[in-house]
Amino acid sequence: MSTQTSFVTPEAPLKAYASTAGAAISSLSRREARERPRALASPKDFRTEPGPVRFVIVALAVSFLTIFVVLPLVVVFASALSKGFGAYFAALAEPEALSAIRLTLLVAAISVGLNLLFGVIAAWAIAKFDFPGKTFLVTLIDLPFSVSPVISGLVFVLLFGAQGYWGTWLQAHNVHILFAVPGIALATIFVTFPFVARSLIPLMQEQGTQEEEAAISLGASGLQTFFRVTLPNIKWGLLYGVLLCNARAMGEFGAVSVVSGHIRGETNTMPLLVEILYNEYQFVASFAIASLLAMLALITLVVKTVLEQRLDEGQTPRDDPRDDLRDDPSDH
Amino acid sequence: MTIEVKNIVKRFGAFAALDNVDLKVGKGELLALLGPSGSGKTTLLRIIAGLDWPDAGEVRIDGEDALGHGASERHVGFVFQHYALFRHMTVFENVAFGLRVQPRAVRKDEATIRARVKELLDLVQLDWLANRYPSQLSGGQRQRIALARALAIEPRILLLDEPFGALDAKVRKELRQWLRSLHSEIHVTSIFVTHDQEEALEVANRVVVMDKGRIEQIGTPGDVYDNPATAFVHGFIGESIVLPVEVSGGSVRLGGRPLNIAADGAASGASKLFVRRHDMQIGPAGTGSLEGAVRHVRSFGPIQRAEIALTGGEGKTVIEIDAPRDRELQAGEIISLQPRRYRIFAAQE
Repeated sequence: MSTQTSFVTPEAPLKAYASTAGAAISSLSRREARERPRALASPKDFRTEPGPVRFVIVALAVSFLTIFVVLPLVVVFASALSKGFGAYFAALAEPEALSAIRLTLLVAAISVGLNLLFGVIAAWAIAKFDFPGKTFLVTLIDLPFSVSPVISGLVFVLLFGAQGYWGTWLQAHNVHILFAVPGIALATIFVTFPFVARSLIPLMQEQGTQEEEAAISLGASGLQTFFRVTLPNIKWGLLYGVLLCNARAMGEFGAVSVVSGHIRGETNTMPLLVEILYNEYQFVASFAIASLLAMLALITLVVKTVLEQRLDEGQTPRDDPRDDLRDDPSDH
Repeated sequence: MTIEVKNIVKRFGAFAALDNVDLKVGKGELLALLGPSGSGKTTLLRIIAGLDWPDAGEVRIDGEDALGHGASERHVGFVFQHYALFRHMTVFENVAFGLRVQPRAVRKDEATIRARVKELLDLVQLDWLANRYPSQLSGGQRQRIALARALAIEPRILLLDEPFGALDAKVRKELRQWLRSLHSEIHVTSIFVTHDQEEALEVANRVVVMDKGRIEQIGTPGDVYDNPATAFVHGFIGESIVLPVEVSGGSVRLGGRPLNIAADGAASGASKLFVRRHDMQIGPAGTGSLEGAVRHVRSFGPIQRAEIALTGGEGKTVIEIDAPRDRELQAGEIISLQPRRYRIFAAQE
C-alpha cells in the first residue's frame, strides 16, 4: 500500500539492518547467511549509530509511545473496571448503552456497505479509465478528509434542518432525516467516504489494465472481468479500506454530534454516549463504553497489520531476478 | 481467416498515431508490423483486437465488419508484451479462463475444458507447470502460457504485441523459432508487432514497415531488405551508409566531386545516397569514386568492419563498411571505395 505504509524514514533501513544482522547470522541456515552482503557480517558495522546514541533514541521513542498511547489505553480500562467487573457489565447492559451499541453497529453497517460500493466504483473508474474531470473527481474524494467533521455535519443541518433548504418539504412529507438514523448515516458516510477509494486507487493504478484487457479479449463480459479478474486482485486492499472505514464509522464524533440531536436511547451513538455519561459524572459507565471503542481500535490494529502483510505478499515483484535461474528443461 | 484494414485514422490529441492505413492480411499468414516506437504499430494491432477504436476507417475480419463488435465478441487471440497473466490464478486456470467465461449455452463441460487445457499446455510444452502461479514462472514460460491462453478460445486470428520484447536475447531467439514452427503447425492468421528488424525478417512471411503512422512498405523479408521503397525503410532495415549527394542531369556529386555512378532516374536536387555496409567495393587508391583513410579495423567472423574517413567533400565524413577478409585492411591505409549496389532517394528535410 503506497499511502499508508510506504513512508520510510531515513533511519528505518538502518534499524532494520541493525536488528536483523545479529539475529540473522545465528538463526539462518549457513547457506542463507553466506548470501547476505558481507558488510553485515563484519564485526564493526558502520551502518548503525554508536550504542549510547541508539539507546537514547529508542528510549525517547518508547517514552513517547508510553505517554501518548499506552497510558491512555490503560486509564480507559482501569477506570472502566475501577468498581469491578460487576459494575462494568452492568453499565454495558443499561438500555441506553445497548441502544447506543445497536445504533453504532447499524450506522457502521450502512455506511461501510455503501462506501464499499461507491469506493470500488470510484476507484475502478479513476484507476482504469481516462475521462475529463478525473483530477477533479480525485480531489472531490479527498474533500471529507480536509473538512472538519463538524462542518460536514453542519452541511446536513443546512440541507435537511427545519430552517434548511429542503426542511419544509421534508416536514410536509413527514420524512425524518435530521436527529434520526438517516442523518447519522449520511454524516458518517460523508466522513468515511475516502477510505475505500483511497486504499484502492493506488493499488489498481499499479496493476494497470492489461489483465482486464486480456480477460475481455478472451471473451469475458464486463461483469465477468470485474468479478473474476479485478476483484480477486484487489481483495486485500479492499478489506484494508473497509477495516479503516469501519473503525472511523464507529468512532466518528464531530459530524454525528451535530446531526444526532442526542435523543437518549434513540440517536446516541457510542462516542456520543461516552461524552454524555462523562459529563454526568458516570465515570464507570462512560469508560465502559469507551473501553469497547478502545477494543475495536486494538482489533483494527491487529487486523490491519495482518492485511498489510497480505498486501505486501500480493505485490511481490513479478520480475523476480531468480526467475532466470529456475529450472526449465524445455527452455534449453 | 483474412484481415482487412481500410483507411484507418487514429488521433491522440494533435498527434496522428495512424494516418490512413490500409492493410490486407491473407489466410494463414504470419505478418510482422515493424517500426520504431511511436510508429503506430501497436495502436493498429489494438484496433484490430478491439482494445482501441479508430477515429475513421474500417476493419474487417473474414469479411465481417469488426468495428460493430467489442473485443470480447471478436474471437481474437491477443498476446501482450508483459504477458498480462492473471496473477491470482494457476497456469491451468489462466489457460482455462477463456473457456470458463463462455456463455452458458455454448460452454463446454468441465471434462472437455480440462482436456482442452491439457492439450494446449502440451502444445506449448509446459504441462508440468499447470499448478504453478505466474509469479513462479520465468519470462519465457509466462509468454508461452499467455500464448496457450490466447489459443484456448480457438481465435480466428492471433495478435501478438511485442511478444518477445521483455525477454533476454537468448530466450528471445529460441522463442522466435518456436513461434515459427508453432505457426506452421496451427496455421492461424497472425500479426505480430516488433521493433526488432531481425525478429521481423526471421519470423514473418511478410513484413509491414511503419513510420509515423503510415505504412512505408509491405513485402517479403527479402523484398524490404533488398528493395527498400523509401529512404526510411533503407535506413531502418539493415545497416546503411548514408551520404548527402547532389543529383543533376543524371550525374551524382558528393561535395562537388562527381561520383562514377548512374543517377538511376533519381530527380535532380539534393538527395541521399544509401549503400549497405557490405556493398562498398574496396580497391587500391585511385580506382573508385570515393577515397578515404582507414582509421580503425575490427575483424570478427567472416568480415572486417572498418571505419573510414572520406577525403574531399565538406569536412570529415566518417563511414563504417563491412568487407570480406580476403584482403586485410590496415589502419592509416588510403583506399578507394565504389558502391556496388546503392539507392538514391530525394532528401526530404
